[in-house]
Amino acid sequence: MKGKTLFDKIWDSHVVKSIPNGPDVLFVDRHYIHEVTSPQAFEGLRERGISVFNPKRVLATPDHNIPTKNQHLPIKEELSRLQVEKLEKNCAENDIQIFGLNTPNSGIVHVVGPELGLTQPGMTIVCGDSHTSTHGAFGSIAFGIGTSEVEMALATQCILQPKAKRMLIKIDGELGSVVTSKDIILYIISKMTTGGGTGYFIEFAGSAIRSMTMEARMTVCNMSIEMGARGGMIAPDQTTFDYIKGRKHAPTGENWERAVDYWKSLCTDDDAEFDKEFHFDANDIEPMITYGTNPGMGEKLSGSIPVLDSIDTASQTSFSKSLNYMGFNPGDKLEGKQIDYVFVGSCTNGRIEDLRSFANAIKGHKKADGVVAWIVPGSKLVEKQAIEEGIKDTLEEAGFELRQPGCSACLAMNEDKIPAGKYSVSTSNRNFEGRQGPGARTMLASPLTAAAAAITGKLTDPRKV
Amino acid sequence: MSIDKFTTLTTTMIPLPIENVDTDQIIPARFLKATTKEGFGDNLFADWRYDKAGNPKKDFVLNNPNYSGDVLVAGKNFGSGSSREHAAWAVAGYGLKAVVSSYFADIFKNNSLNNGVLPVQVSDEFLKKIFSAIEKDAKTQIEINLENQTVTLLSTGEKESFEINGYKKNCMLNGFDDIDYLLNIKEEITEFEKKVPTFSAL
Repeated sequence: MKGKTLFDKIWDSHVVKSIPNGPDVLFVDRHYIHEVTSPQAFEGLRERGISVFNPKRVLATPDHNIPTKNQHLPIKEELSRLQVEKLEKNCAENDIQIFGLNTPNSGIVHVVGPELGLTQPGMTIVCGDSHTSTHGAFGSIAFGIGTSEVEMALATQCILQPKAKRMLIKIDGELGSVVTSKDIILYIISKMTTGGGTGYFIEFAGSAIRSMTMEARMTVCNMSIEMGARGGMIAPDQTTFDYIKGRKHAPTGENWERAVDYWKSLCTDDDAEFDKEFHFDANDIEPMITYGTNPGMGEKLSGSIPVLDSIDTASQTSFSKSLNYMGFNPGDKLEGKQIDYVFVGSCTNGRIEDLRSFANAIKGHKKADGVVAWIVPGSKLVEKQAIEEGIKDTLEEAGFELRQPGCSACLAMNEDKIPAGKYSVSTSNRNFEGRQGPGARTMLASPLTAAAAAITGKLTDPRKV
Repeated sequence: MSIDKFTTLTTTMIPLPIENVDTDQIIPARFLKATTKEGFGDNLFADWRYDKAGNPKKDFVLNNPNYSGDVLVAGKNFGSGSSREHAAWAVAGYGLKAVVSSYFADIFKNNSLNNGVLPVQVSDEFLKKIFSAIEKDAKTQIEINLENQTVTLLSTGEKESFEINGYKKNCMLNGFDDIDYLLNIKEEITEFEKKVPTFSAL
């Protein structure tokens, strides 16, 4: 018998039953919910007259819609306030634990789960949010679902899913000094395209991945959805165990020993086979930036926007439409382009290491005049740590401001909207048309590249600051 | 609970020959604040469809009186990005019964099936044929037969088959709902939960 991949091991151990010629019934260990994609699911339960299967496996926190200033006050925007109130009411009625707005453990759901030790290796994790793939960094099967599936998971703690195919992406070699995990994943997506991973679950491996911290790994897995993959995952190792140990909901005592023994078995067997494999060399990767309107439209910052001839004939119309929206021309050099806004935050790059690297890079500089910068921590715990470490002071000395946690300008559901036509260098995950506000023009980058742009007011290679 | 049954559909089409249409375009985030499933059809493709003042943009296909029908035909990789089911509610709310493309993003595909909208994946070549047939005659019709899993361009008789798993096909044909299925095996799930490795108190 052939060996199994990490994905197979976890998936197969969670299949309640397989429907012939149909999907598997997959048991869900952890279900995270937030205010935007859950209200209709609770309404569905009410209409059916059923209750939540096991409320202890569900955890809630509002994040998408919340303001990043004055969180102690009632939310001004009425529809947002109603949605957050509805989440609180639904959780109270169904006995679900919620980290409410402005409470010590609240924040972006994909930041909160890992930092509280709720996300653990070997688990199946779902959430009504595509960036649930973040949790795969711990060696779990984690993926985003729609609201019908949120209802399904609330009602039965299972979801019906066809098993994805297996893909291996291996990145070996050493990274350059200012090349971050964000640059790696933007580079990979630019090679794979925005639909290149559709139908697959990706395991990331190789020496470049092994040498990453947990937070860096989360950035990589977070964006696996941006190439269409169902999710991304990384086999747990000592780095994973060290990160989890001692966190609020981490196993303790004898359970910790049992857990680590089990977690150590969670790796791809040597003779296991993938449906597709890709290998990348870390030495080829430079600081990256996106120039178009999907995350696959990325290029090294020192390079230029592709010329039209280099694009597939069938895709040229979409390519031109995209550049037209961005106000760019094929062949344009990227370095030196003027920018208006900088956003540091989101479930992709809103963790303490991201804030730390941004703060280190701007230390001793001043924010460029005319640049508006929003620095938004991923959670209350990240915010607290940023204050304690002096990051807040460093930011303020350089003319920046640390806001309060939430999804913020990543999807601009709250007031944090980039105005039409303005250019934003953003550490978030999507550069779709209008993503950061109607008409906003987003360029995705690492916190270091965002720092270089914030200081100079234009796209600048972080190696030159 | 049930979804609308889908058997056979013969209709004119709405062409959208753009690739990688993401769910932020299908329904922008600022419309996700509702707590019911109603009304999203009015904002389907809102930023492509209306100008800043809320007036219909003449150059967008949904505002072009020449095109109508129950099927949207879109460029490859339709529905990428955010998992928002609001995108499927917007498509269904607009009155569309199926979307034809050469490639669908996984989450959108599941979401649309859960709302009775059939994603029909055809080859790149067939998609091209459909687009050029519509270009020649905006009133050209397509027939989608779920039972036989075929899609036919009625003007030329050209036909292609499409994939759907047997379980979902049965759900669509009969209007069955996934949650009803799972509720019927609740005892099995309860038993299964006892065996799942757990190391922290829930």
